[in-house]
This record gives sequence, C-alpha cells and structure tokens, in this order.
Amino acid sequence: MGIATRRHLLGMGDLDPADVERILETAAGFEDVVERDVKKVPTLRGRTVVNLFYESSTRTSSSFELAAKRLSADTVSVKAAGSSVDKGESLKDTIRTLNAYRPNIIVIRHPHIGAAQLTARWSDAHVVNAGDGKHQHPTQCLLDLYAIRKRLGRLRDVKVAIVGDVLHSRVARSNIEGFRMMGLDVTLVGPPALIPPGIEATGARVADDPAAMAEADVVYVLRMQHERMEPGQNFVPTLREYARVWGVSGRRLRPGQIVMHPGPMNRGVEIAPDVADSGASLVEHQVEAGLVVRMAVLYDLMTRPTIGEVIDLRERTGEWGAA
Amino acid sequence: MTRLAQRRSDPADLLIRGARLYDPTEGLDVTADLLVRGGEVAQIADAIAPGGGVRVVEARGRTVLPGLVDPHVHLRVPGQEYKEDCATGSAAAAQGGYTTILSMPNTDPTIDTGASLEAALERAATDSVVQVGFLAAVSVGRAGESLVEMRDLADRGAAGFTDDGSPIPSARLMRRALQYAHPLGLPIALHEEEPTLTKGGHMHEGAVSAALGIGGWPGVAETLMVARDLRLAELEQAHIHLQHLSVRGSVEEVARARERGVRVSCEATPHHLVLTDEVVRSLDSNFKMNPPLATDDDRRALIEGLRSGAIDCIATDHAPHAIHEKEVPFEEAAFGVTGLETALPVLLEELVEPGHLPLETVVRAMTAGPATAFGLERPALRVGAPANLAVWDLEFPWVCGERPWRTRSTNTCFGGMRMRGLCLLTIAGGMVAHEDWAERPLGAA
Repeated sequence: MGIATRRHLLGMGDLDPADVERILETAAGFEDVVERDVKKVPTLRGRTVVNLFYESSTRTSSSFELAAKRLSADTVSVKAAGSSVDKGESLKDTIRTLNAYRPNIIVIRHPHIGAAQLTARWSDAHVVNAGDGKHQHPTQCLLDLYAIRKRLGRLRDVKVAIVGDVLHSRVARSNIEGFRMMGLDVTLVGPPALIPPGIEATGARVADDPAAMAEADVVYVLRMQHERMEPGQNFVPTLREYARVWGVSGRRLRPGQIVMHPGPMNRGVEIAPDVADSGASLVEHQVEAGLVVRMAVLYDLMTRPTIGEVIDLRERTGEWGAA
Repeated sequence: MTRLAQRRSDPADLLIRGARLYDPTEGLDVTADLLVRGGEVAQIADAIAPGGGVRVVEARGRTVLPGLVDPHVHLRVPGQEYKEDCATGSAAAAQGGYTTILSMPNTDPTIDTGASLEAALERAATDSVVQVGFLAAVSVGRAGESLVEMRDLADRGAAGFTDDGSPIPSARLMRRALQYAHPLGLPIALHEEEPTLTKGGHMHEGAVSAALGIGGWPGVAETLMVARDLRLAELEQAHIHLQHLSVRGSVEEVARARERGVRVSCEATPHHLVLTDEVVRSLDSNFKMNPPLATDDDRRALIEGLRSGAIDCIATDHAPHAIHEKEVPFEEAAFGVTGLETALPVLLEELVEPGHLPLETVVRAMTAGPATAFGLERPALRVGAPANLAVWDLEFPWVCGERPWRTRSTNTCFGGMRMRGLCLLTIAGGMVAHEDWAERPLGAA
C-alpha cells in the first residue's frame, strides 16, 4: 500500500470528467432532500465542517453552511472580520488553530491564490476551495454545469460565451477549465484590457466583438468588479460605456438563449434588469443548484477520502433516510 | 575609490598541488601547482617545493578558478539581519566560490548617507569572510526624488549607486544622477521596471498568469526603461549597469546600444537563465522574484546574450527572506530568492554540461565581467596577484536542498534540482574564507 493521498477540491484540475459526472448525479439525488418537509439527512452526522471566509460572501458561505447542515454535519463558520485575523494572525496559525478541532472538512475562501493549497498542506482535513483570489472557484463551476444540464439536458457541445471581466474572475478560470473538460465550447467576450493575454492557451476562444454573444446557447455574464474599477485603472472608460457596449440586455439576446450570472449582479451594468428578471435567466436556479452541488461535494469527499478509496455512507445511514 | 571590507585573519600560505588551473581571462588552462604565500599568488609551475610553513593541498582532479565576483547581493545589512548578515551572507558567498560581492542599499535604513555606508562597511570589516563592497542609493530613501550626496559617498568608498528593488521613475532624476555620477567613475546600477505597468503584478504576464489569475507584469515594462536609460546614458556619455535582465526585448535593446557605443554593462541571473514562468503553476512562493521569471523564449535570449557578449555579467540577486515572509499565499509573499551557494553549480548542470554555454563564457561573466563593470580588481590566477581563488570539484553531483545552507534563509528556487560542482576551498583577499573537504577528502580524486 502506498501512502494514501487525501482528497481535496482545490480547483477543477482535481477532477476528471467521471468525477464531475458522479458529483452531478449525487447532487441530483439530493434534490428531493431539499424539497421535502424535513430537509435533513444523517449522512455526515458526527462530522465537522469548518467554513473559513476571508472575504465577504453571501451565497457561497450560506450555501456551504446550509449544505453541511442538511447533511447533519456540525458546522463552524469563521469570518476573518472580527477574528484573530484582525489581530494579524497568519493564515498558517489560523489553519493550525482550527485544525486542532480535528475538522473533517475545511471550506476556505481567501483573497489570494493558493490559500486553499496551503490549507491542505497545513491541516489534516479535506479542503474545499470556495474561491482563492482570481484563481479558482470549483464549486461555482460544478453548480453552473449542473444548472446548464438541468435546463438544456446536455453539456457536450453547448456553446457558452463568458462575457466581461475575465481578468479578475476566478469564476471564469474555473468555468473555462471545467466547461472545456466536459466538452462545452467556450468563447470569452469582453473589452481587451479585461481579457488577459495568453488566456487562449486554456482552449477558450477570445472575441472582442460583443456580437460574438449571438452565437452562444448560454451567455454567462461576469460581475464587473467595482472595487477594481477605481479611477486611473482605465480598464474601460466608464461603467456607462461598458454597459452600453458589453452589457447584456434583452435587445442583445435572441430567443432561446439562456443567461447566467454567478452573482452578485450589478443591475444596469453588466446585466440589464429586464434580462435578470426574465425567463431566460438561470440565476436563481444557479443558487438552488449551489446547495445540492455543495452537498454532493461534501458527501463525495467523505465517501472517497483518499484517491481510489470508497466508503459507502449510505450503508450506514440508509438511502438518504430522514434524520 | 571603492572600498572592499573583509575581516582580517592570517594570510594564507598554501600549495595547491596538481589541479587544473583555469582562468580564461589570463589565457590560463594548465595542470600545475599553484603556490600562495603571504596571501598572494607566488608561483605557478610544475612540482613546486612547498617550503617551510606552507600547507600542502593535494588537488589532483580538482579545478582552481579565479574567485567569482557577484555584483548583486542583498546582505540585508543594516537593519534586516533576521534575513541575512555579513557573516552568514559572506559565508554563503565563500561556499559558492565567490571572493568579492557587492551588497545592495535597499536596507533599513537605506544606505544613502556617508555615515550609513561607513557603518555597513564596518560590519563587513568585522564579520565578512569575503571582500564586500556596498552600493549606495541613488535617491534619498530610494524614494526617487532627491539625489544622495554622491561625492561624499564616493569618497567613503561606495561601489556605485542604485535604487535596486525599485526603478527610478523620473527620467529627469535619472539624467541628473548620470550627470553627477559620471565624473566619479562609478556606474549607476538600474533595476528596470516601469512602475505603472507592473503595479499589482506578481509574475510575468502571459499564458501562465492568465491561467492562474495572478496579476501579470508585461516584459515590456523592463524593456521600456532599459531603452529610456540607454538613451540617457548615451546622451550623458555615462556608464549604466543594468541589473537582472529578464526578457528578450531588453537584451535586444542592449545589443543595439552597444553597437552605438553606449557604455553599458548588464546582468543575467542564474534563475532567469534556467527557469521559466511555467514553474509558478506550483504556486510555490520560492518562484516569486523581481523581475519575475519569464518565458522560455526570454530565457534563450539571455543565454544568447551571454554568448554574443551583449550580457557580460552573471549576478545572483541573492535575496534572502525569512520563512514567515515566504510561507504565505503567493501574492502576499516577498519577492526574491537566494543564490550565492547555487550559482555556478546550477549553471554547470543546466547550461554548461548540456552544451548551451561554454565554461569559459560562464567563468568570464562571473569574474572579469562584473569586475570590469564596477572597476574592481579582477580576481586572477596570475603570479603577483592577491589570492582570490577557489578550488572546485566541478563534477561533484548534489541535490539542492539536501546540503546545509550557509545563508540564514532557505528561499532557494532550485530546491530538488540537480547541481554539479562543489567549492571545496576559497581564498578571498589572500585569506582562507571557506574550506570543506568532508565529501571530497584531500587527495581523493
């Protein structure tokens, strides 16, 4: 026996297509759990999930917390603001401290690339990357795949236009990687300064003409990150100009196209309100998908704790039996 | 006159017997005996009789090289001795076969006054086992606004001027510095980086930064400033020394300027000659340095530049950092890597052995090149010269990270890589600076 490698979800590169299929299927199996009256299964009873968030987050942190609770895990949520981080504690010491509680899973969001890798190195837990800098946000990609397949019934050869600020977007990076892996066709559309040079090497196409959105089955709108658009940066002249040229409005869409957005949305900037609230928008479905997909990710890590090894939690708890 | 400081000890009296003596600048490549008496090279001949009080070192199968000169070291003195100091840094230099090193002034406080320069030289005179010179800052506090008292600093022995770690954003200040420094005969050493283009950058801009989402830094940020300063040096007929070139465009600018007769010398580092930005995919903060590792095409341009003579110096930019400054996410980590103990071994393994560069070019760029650039006495295997030399086993295989470090810090970018060549004995300024025969005992060829 070699040394078992503890499994993590640090980026989409940790998964192969079979892993993605399995996680999406597991997520589908959890749909009836979240619809029923008592929304809880005992699958992860006695397990501990730590949610460590160094950045503000509404949907991701609540989604992970609820996912863990739906599976009956004990959860601890730590936000950087108001914690020892404010007192200058290093990431390493924070991780070592939380690790002393012997958590089974640490979910971490951090403003810098590589924080999840370091968490995996410094702890004994399975680590889920909930966003590290502009690098990766793998559960976002999984939930987007889930939502696309649920709506379109397939993934292969679906044409996706990812529109907007690719440069600063971890969602874009995870999605390019995961979408390409699952056979989707990806085109990046946006102002030149927000499409990083060299990104074509990922296999995505680049179009600087907004008309390229017309080709897509899915228009995936990225958030314009106001905090990065401070005066003097000049990524685009103004947000008004951005909205006029690149903003996704009903006028730009053709019938049958669907629109996705990872949130939070800037209505009137990258997405027009008429689109956000229309039947073309998958935004709320994405949030719903986020819950079951994150349940599936937590479950998958606990049932396959090391590469190759499988533990059947269902045997112990009954097939999704109520708590 | 540049002052080199070193701790005094007894001058060496030593007969190195039967080694290959290789000093390409002297046109010397023979197997012979070399006698050091009273700290000077006294005789080079076959079968020298040692004479009284002379220690004999059997060195058959070994190679004696002139002492290496590193024009770009961060000894972190004064003020950052938790990273490195004159004792640990100079010991690392001696281990690497260096006998003369120049330390940078981006310290705390900045070396920008005569008093701070003298204090640093005093530290070196107490603690350093090799010859250490210090460059002073170009601008007060390296803030890029007002010139330091260059005359005073030159009088007290500054080896040159640099705001290393930062560029000189103002072309006017750059021009004034060249005008004022020119009559002093000291070069201005330049860290070339157009700051508005590198702001927010942590690595080279390209396919790897795009894929990772790390802020990228376009290669042209260096080249623009190289082009500006070559033109200003031409205008003022002054000598500039370009530090750690990292991209093809900069090498091309230098080659063109040399054709116009511009007085320029320039460096490439072992890490830019050996590694590319692909390694950053590991997110290991030991691959974070300034300037950042660039593409393979850029790396090849640096090698070609050394071969053609456009680049005349190899410098380590030895930049030690404490563990807690590197053991953080990549974007939060300090810029810089160590290099004194690995410079020649990594180049022998990666460039000389596979035939990308001749040993002669590497040795010249680590001896005559930097010595000429800074007007220092060139370490030479020549009778009558001060003994600045090192005995090497040029074939000794080792793995970076498996030997103990002399430097105080561990932030090497070559960890786990194969190295070739180990320095067994270093004589710097006529005194034994380093000796370690543990793995290659005396006489065991």
